[in-house]
Amino acid sequence: MRPRTDAARHDPALLRYGLIFVALLFLGLFVVLPLIAVFAQALEKGWGAYWAAITEPDALSSIRLTLLAAGIAVPLNLVFGLAAAWAIAEFQFRGKNVLITLIDLPFAVSPVIAGLIYVLMFGAQGWFGPWLNQHDIKIIFAVPGIVLATVFVTFPFVARELIPLMQAQGTEEEEAALVLGASGWQLFWRVTLPNIKWSLLYGVILCAARAMGEFGAVSVVSGHIRGETNTMPLHVEILYNEYNFAAAFAVASLLALLALVTLGAKRLLEWKMRQDYADFTATEGAEG
Amino acid sequence: MAKHGFKRASILPGFWPTFGYSVLYLSLIVLVPLSAVFLKTATASWAHFWRTISSPGVVASYKLSFGASLAAAAVNVVFGLVVAWVLVRYRFPGKRLVDALVDLPFALPTAVAGIALTSLYTEHGWIGRWLAVVGIRVAFTRLGVFVALVFIGLPFVVRSVQPVLEDVDPQMEEAAASLGASRWVTFSRVVFPLLRPALLTGFAMAFARALGEYGSVIFISGNMPMRTEITPLLIVTRLEQYDYAGATAIALVMLVASFALLLGINLLQWRSRRYAEAA
Repeated sequence: MRPRTDAARHDPALLRYGLIFVALLFLGLFVVLPLIAVFAQALEKGWGAYWAAITEPDALSSIRLTLLAAGIAVPLNLVFGLAAAWAIAEFQFRGKNVLITLIDLPFAVSPVIAGLIYVLMFGAQGWFGPWLNQHDIKIIFAVPGIVLATVFVTFPFVARELIPLMQAQGTEEEEAALVLGASGWQLFWRVTLPNIKWSLLYGVILCAARAMGEFGAVSVVSGHIRGETNTMPLHVEILYNEYNFAAAFAVASLLALLALVTLGAKRLLEWKMRQDYADFTATEGAEG
Repeated sequence: MAKHGFKRASILPGFWPTFGYSVLYLSLIVLVPLSAVFLKTATASWAHFWRTISSPGVVASYKLSFGASLAAAAVNVVFGLVVAWVLVRYRFPGKRLVDALVDLPFALPTAVAGIALTSLYTEHGWIGRWLAVVGIRVAFTRLGVFVALVFIGLPFVVRSVQPVLEDVDPQMEEAAASLGASRWVTFSRVVFPLLRPALLTGFAMAFARALGEYGSVIFISGNMPMRTEITPLLIVTRLEQYDYAGATAIALVMLVASFALLLGINLLQWRSRRYAEAA
């Protein structure tokens, strides 16, 4: 049954269909069509060419590097996200809002600048450049620089999912567990983690997706050495600039698939979170 | 706060390790490297700094970056409101899929978006060939920069308006209708004012994102000097010429603009929260 108050919110049919048409046209032009274009052009020369493009050695090495960078950046930012959320949500201290704003800072910075700052630190003319050079350590135009830039651009993802959720959940459950004799780690594993698991996973997925797709920041620090310092997005750029469009779109289609998986996972986790929340309110109601 | 201490007393463990680690990690990854931009600029001469950031090519890039970002964010306010409205208020087949697709610009790597949009809008592309008939060129023009920035900013307005629209109390519209207001008057006088803070926040976020955007723009813009070069691209070209001071000077201008926007967005959100709590 629809509530009666909906009568006042009922738009005329013509307006309704008109607005739906405008919305779908806009999304179709700007979202669906580019997505279809990626796959259509990737398969333009057939499955054989597609397979060859994504399995040639430079493509495979770009896939390996992308996975490596994400594999380092995600756990680092996961640990940070948990630590920051614990400190911010479970305790009251001065300057908390400043800390929250600073955590969001990497989102406000252009990816190009994210790359630049590490060049200024570790590049040949940078602060640590001469020292690194003496000790024969390469960061810029090498894998460590790519990892650093990836860590920077994905820095806030886990923390910003967890902080609002843990703030909303309050500290009662943790305090109760502590009074009942739980240790600090037991508190975290048995009480806090089960409450935040879906948001945590959601943050990790967003973090991983961005880590694998980052272009601007990584482009600045990579030096574009084929087979060595090219991630998948950089490999796409090189192929595209060589007018090797089918191969560029083939590698791009893998990244597009990753984006679609991310969107699917997001939906699933949102559904899980809603379900948990419904269970939570149901038990609260039964207890009360 | 007890006795004006730094931290209020709590029985929970782990504050100092987690707080200490968070601040240390934040400093090492974000704060210290970002401060390099400011310190590097401080060591350069003022005259050189000024010459760099006010040279004709750089000024042309500010105009393009700011102009196209503003225009794209404005377009996203209009269409984002329509999309949010349709998703919240109407029922139609495939609605959940459409809702999920709104986030695609967040999830799709920018380089992929860049080459996909370029291929659509060149003279032989699926869209470009029809626009060519009426004499409109998009790829490798300023219009192309605008198209890429519309794409990149699309989810911001939808996602900031959607929850607010869902929370609008039906009784308000009911009351307006029962007092004889037409649907349009109800929308413009009752619903729209409630959405305004969210629209403004979405606009500012889309604008901020567009200003710094690089990957999706550089393919479709063609990067012609003085005409289709965006500001982030100039930072990259300076770096490629090993002109660190020049790259840093332009980056500083962009950072100041981004921080001002971030501050503005936080103020907006803080104000709308206070407004919501007061209501």
